[in-house]
Amino acid sequence: MTPQDPGSEQDSIRKRQRDRARLMALLLGGFVVLMFAITIAKMSINQ
Amino acid sequence: MTSLPLARDRAITASSSDLFALTKPRVMSLVVFTGLCGLLAAPVAIHPVLGFAAVLCIALGAGGAGALNQWYEVDLDSAMKRTANRPLPAGRMSHQTALHFGVGLGVFSVLLMGLATNYLAAAILAISILFYVLVYTVWLKRRTAQNIVIGGAAGAFPPLIGWVAATGEISALPVLLFAIIFLWTPPHFWALSLFVKSDYAKAGVPMLPVVAGVTTTRRHILLYTLPMVAAAVAPWAMGLTGWIYGFAAIALNALFLILALFVLANRATEPARMRPEKRLFAFSILYLFVLFGALVADRWLVA
Repeated sequence: MTPQDPGSEQDSIRKRQRDRARLMALLLGGFVVLMFAITIAKMSINQ
Repeated sequence: MTSLPLARDRAITASSSDLFALTKPRVMSLVVFTGLCGLLAAPVAIHPVLGFAAVLCIALGAGGAGALNQWYEVDLDSAMKRTANRPLPAGRMSHQTALHFGVGLGVFSVLLMGLATNYLAAAILAISILFYVLVYTVWLKRRTAQNIVIGGAAGAFPPLIGWVAATGEISALPVLLFAIIFLWTPPHFWALSLFVKSDYAKAGVPMLPVVAGVTTTRRHILLYTLPMVAAAVAPWAMGLTGWIYGFAAIALNALFLILALFVLANRATEPARMRPEKRLFAFSILYLFVLFGALVADRWLVA
């Protein structure tokens, strides 16, 4: 088995970090939209 | 750019697909479907946004419970061929990441459920997560062959949660839906455990075929199928559903019973010759999807 090149290992780590950061941004954006929609739905029910 | 110490970075490099795999997406699909059916079968229409939020919470709660289960069972998972490639035993994720992810998902799902629907639904969701993690995973799974009989309750909660999210109260039909999944779990898992017995034995999990043998397990499958059939037909017999559900329940349960009898008649001990068990396992998944689908069709087309 050949040891993995440290440069490519770091690239792979950076890629995974970017991937997770992008997912986190999407989830946070989704959460904001969901909270807004829940608030509007609750307000429309209580009217 | 500074260099990254590799040992430390193990903790932060789990990919999003590994995090997704930690939630047991295949189990989650069944949980989401039965939860959605409980919600749609309720006599009270829920606002679509709140209904979506309720199903999302059920999915996130199940995902959190699945993540905590994998966090606790990493030693078992690494010993079994079927689970050895999961993110934790394969070393693609740190234990701490899995723990934080599981607790975070679980707590978030309960809070959001309380906020979007009602506190009773949130409380039942919390109980289902805690039941799966503490009662099934930590307490029962490694101690008794009855692990999935009692632990099956954890997977039976979703239709009840869906119903309560819509109505705010518990009544006879959602309790029967709970009973159906609760009684369906043992034959479903025992059929699987018969043909992956060596995997469980290797990992030291006291599943019924490992502890009591294949003949006893086959007898137990049939024994547990009988009350399941009764629970599945009961909603129609009690007049809680219409003819669509009644017809589906009778047909599906007759087929389940026949397949359970084929399992009982099988004498094979090698997995390669366990076709009746594999057939029952595959059918049991279809059974639940079609039965709950019929419940919703019945509510929307007949009622």
